[in-house]
Amino acid sequence: MVTPNINEKDKLRIREIVENFARKHSLWVLAYGTGCGAIEIPPTMTSRYDAERFGIRGSATPRQADVLLITGYLSTKTLKRVIRTYEQMQAPKYVIGFGSCTINGGMYWDSYNTINALDRYLPVDVYINGCMPRPEAVIQGFIKLQNIIAEGKGNGAEKYQENLEWYRENQKKIIHNWQMPDYNW
Amino acid sequence: MDINWLKVLGLIITPIIAFFVGVTYGGLVRNITARIQNRFGPPVYQNFWDIIKLYSKKTSIHHGWMQHLGPVFAITASITSLYFIPVLRDSVLFSNLSFSGDLIFLIYMMVFGSLGMAMGIGQTGNPNSAIGVSRGLSMMVGYEIPFVLALVSIMIQFHTTSLNDLLAVQSKFTDWIIFQSPIAFITGILAFLGMMGYKPFDVPIAPAELASGPVSEFGGKYLALMQTSRSIFTFAKLVLFTDIFLGGAGDFGTLVVKTFLLYMIPVLTGIVNPRFRTEQAIRFFWKWPTALGIIAILIVVW
Repeated sequence: MVTPNINEKDKLRIREIVENFARKHSLWVLAYGTGCGAIEIPPTMTSRYDAERFGIRGSATPRQADVLLITGYLSTKTLKRVIRTYEQMQAPKYVIGFGSCTINGGMYWDSYNTINALDRYLPVDVYINGCMPRPEAVIQGFIKLQNIIAEGKGNGAEKYQENLEWYRENQKKIIHNWQMPDYNW
Repeated sequence: MDINWLKVLGLIITPIIAFFVGVTYGGLVRNITARIQNRFGPPVYQNFWDIIKLYSKKTSIHHGWMQHLGPVFAITASITSLYFIPVLRDSVLFSNLSFSGDLIFLIYMMVFGSLGMAMGIGQTGNPNSAIGVSRGLSMMVGYEIPFVLALVSIMIQFHTTSLNDLLAVQSKFTDWIIFQSPIAFITGILAFLGMMGYKPFDVPIAPAELASGPVSEFGGKYLALMQTSRSIFTFAKLVLFTDIFLGGAGDFGTLVVKTFLLYMIPVLTGIVNPRFRTEQAIRFFWKWPTALGIIAILIVVW
């Protein structure tokens, strides 16, 4: 009889698979209504499209949330609040960029007070493109995020921590009155 | 000193059963809510994934020692309350630690968790939490009065403060206390609505205005511990009310049916109702349930 030879690394791997499976099936969303895209969130959550089937649920505070949903354009003023919110969330945490505005600025690409590319300021896991993306597209994006988590690649929090200096540099270029702690979580 | 090992085994497995039943009930409630809102809803085991996910969060915020102790107080109070409630009648394994004065002990013990939580929450410094705590404690002042009045009327009626004696009284279906003293039952159920914290009385939690109130600063493992505690406490309260009013249960099948039917009263009330304001909730408790409780006592004393 052959005894199964499970070393310490494999045990950790099994544990990680179970944890990732739980994370995948329980995504608590902080729907930060920054832009016009927030209007697509109520139909996604309510009876017509019912995202709760996939374990996606709204969360009231950043401390309890897993997913930060950036719905649409980000003005330079809201960017500051979004960064604070993101840093208050507990790892592992994920960011979904929602709508064209988060990818390249969309229709606001030459506006004086919105940012163009979200992933220069926060580590984005999934982009959902469209203006507006319909609820089907939103749910498709969440399923893509679930697959990323199941593969163990949802490590945005670590990426943010490793490249904090680069992110801070970009953030401070936009936010001139930086009146918050440099590392606030 | 001889130790009854069967009882020790019961003490170990009772919280585990309570946890699994409580969490499954939580999932069922989410599913039933979804069906009433014309949605499909999450699977019944959804709350297990939520709790595993919360336990496996990698970071957690630290504000101070009292914040660590708050959830610990909550879960201690939940398990201790459960230990003094006989889960099944005439069973050595599940009779737990119930003694001759356990009703009075439970009135005190069921408050302990919320008070401990309030102290822990005070240290987080979140204004939403502070408002939530003050609302929660005001609500408690509201529903504790009818709850105690209902229990006192039953204590006077049957000359006992022991749950086991009450179970012995209700040996036949027609002897259930719900039929013997219906007014005490109505008072108890109205207090129970406030205790469970479902919709008309979810004043302390109020996700839309207080960002989930007391727990708004707690994430990850703290929240997981609180959800565990809440599941166990829900089961404990349901079993307590089943023991007092519905004649307890001889086996787990009966227990599940009775507790589930009892649980549906606050849940279904909650789904179809909006939220009270704080003072409306307290006024409600001090008006009708308190009057009914006094009437129940007067009938018994007469």
